Amino acid sequence: MNLRAWLALLGALSVAWLAARAARRRAAGTAGGRRFFASPFAGLGIGVLTFFAVVAVAAPLVAPFHPDRQLDIIDLVDRAPSWSHPLGTDLYSRDLWSRLVYGARVSLGIGALAMAVALTLGAAVGAAAGYFRRATDVVLMRLVDVGIAMPRLFLLIVAASVWQHVSLGALILILGVTGWFGTSRLVRAEVLSLRERDFVTAARALGARPGRIIFRHVLPNVASPLLVSAALGIGNVMLTEAALSFLGIGVRPPTASWGNMIADGAGQIVGAPWTTLFPGLAIALVVMALNATGDALRDALAARPSSYEEET
Amino acid sequence: MTEPLLRVRDLRTYFVTERGSGTARAVDGVSFELYPGETLGIVGESGSGKTVTSLSVLRLIPEPPGHIRPGSYIEFEGRNLLTLSPPELRAIRGNRIAMVFQEPMTSLNPVFTVGDQIAEAAIIHQGLSRKAARARAIEMLTLVGMPDPAERVDHYPHQLSGGMRQRVMIAMALVCHPKVLIADEPTTALDVTIQAQILELLERLQRELGMAIMLITHDLGVVAGTADRVVVMYAGQVVETATTTELFARPRHPYTEGLLAAVPRVDTPREQLRAIPGSVPAATDWPAGCRFHPRCPYAWDKCRTSEPPLLDSGPGHQARCWLVTEPARRSATA
Repeated sequence: MNLRAWLALLGALSVAWLAARAARRRAAGTAGGRRFFASPFAGLGIGVLTFFAVVAVAAPLVAPFHPDRQLDIIDLVDRAPSWSHPLGTDLYSRDLWSRLVYGARVSLGIGALAMAVALTLGAAVGAAAGYFRRATDVVLMRLVDVGIAMPRLFLLIVAASVWQHVSLGALILILGVTGWFGTSRLVRAEVLSLRERDFVTAARALGARPGRIIFRHVLPNVASPLLVSAALGIGNVMLTEAALSFLGIGVRPPTASWGNMIADGAGQIVGAPWTTLFPGLAIALVVMALNATGDALRDALAARPSSYEEET
Repeated sequence: MTEPLLRVRDLRTYFVTERGSGTARAVDGVSFELYPGETLGIVGESGSGKTVTSLSVLRLIPEPPGHIRPGSYIEFEGRNLLTLSPPELRAIRGNRIAMVFQEPMTSLNPVFTVGDQIAEAAIIHQGLSRKAARARAIEMLTLVGMPDPAERVDHYPHQLSGGMRQRVMIAMALVCHPKVLIADEPTTALDVTIQAQILELLERLQRELGMAIMLITHDLGVVAGTADRVVVMYAGQVVETATTTELFARPRHPYTEGLLAAVPRVDTPREQLRAIPGSVPAATDWPAGCRFHPRCPYAWDKCRTSEPPLLDSGPGHQARCWLVTEPARRSATA
């Protein structure tokens, strides 16, 4: 590992630390912010997420080698961590740290994008069902019941085997399309109560179309629970992606994702445990950070500001 | 008199209640007219159907469980509002007929600035650009007497006091200069000094913009100060209608009498306020005969069996009471 990579790693660590500190300082000014950081793990979660996000974005700087390059298939197979290869090398003599860094792009990217797809679908279906009720509600919610009843992994395996080769975009789409059922129930429940609120009647009295009422008046009020469910949901998507890649039907090798790195190392789990340990640790760390942040967000957003709390 | 602006004929709005306890006839054959430029007070206690009447005019009744019965008729500018298509109706809502709600706290969307909310009707009906709409919002805030309008336009509802929020609601309703303003208990949630300010504001805006106001209230004091004519509602029906001065001088319906006796007055010393005994019956089963008879001090046999129609008792004065035909009974009982 060269000097540039070490400096870049140091840079990523300090950015993460600074981000967490700056967030804490800014949050101290508002009641919601103080509730957010009341949890001791909230700052840690922000730090971990920022670190991996920076590493993923700056992957070419942080990674000392090309992630797919087989460095020396005679001498550098399954090497234990050392100064030149801080996380060791794998069966094909590839640098694990470089693969972990590029894998962050794939794993985090899939998590975030698939969640975005799921949120969009879930919010649209939930809002339509909750606002229009009657037949729309019945049809959409029975559909959701079916979706929830189906084992997701099984569905994904079927989808993957139908289309032999699954591109990254298709994988994101599949993960998103099978992941919105819970979100739609959440949104529907919120919308059912919001549609009875006076400001919705007031908007109707102004002559607003149903679409305008849903998008401008109802959905913005669902933003906080949605945000919480998204933070918690990304972790879930990442775990599913890891499971799929482990089964060999997710991200195609040689492209590194944390899931297929574990799959690659599974054979040498006794002889070279670092090949599975570090990607596993990365997944666990990010998922825990997402959960900590999501929980803290829920605490921060649960109590809406009362009428006079922020009056000056 | 000139042509009425809004003509409500035999309006019946029923609600189907759950678990089969019957149909709630919340509004049961209500008729009245609203003339250009006048203020019509609609008075009654909770459960008399006055709010449902006002919501029915713009068809804002939640359906289901509510529905407006066929045969009802609401004419505005020569068209029956009850047969309009949704787009035609939306073109009237907020544009020709606007509404101010009772609770300024909950009728404003907490996540948008008041400027955005005031501008909304102008964007919907007049297609204003965001910039023009913002200027319009500031103009409206100035019109309703908001201090620092240029700054308040970017405030969120929770940053404003109750009176200011009600001013915002009024600004929202008036942004398209409607011909009719329906104000459903616009001052009930406010304290008395703010009430007076808001009523004064409504009166001034009515003079400046020349609109007709339908003022729904349970407060006869509010009516006395602002309304030209009054419609008194009880049990989903109009029980008396007259000009304000006539109604206060010569109430013909015992219910109106009771309401007037229940108003505290500063000019006559009285130890205790007189309340009307009992309460409004459930809308699922109105009493047979005159709907007020169980609470009426004058009721006799006829009242228990046959329902009185609205009877003329003077120019522009009608009351739904058999006493109009047998005035002698009033003095005999009292």
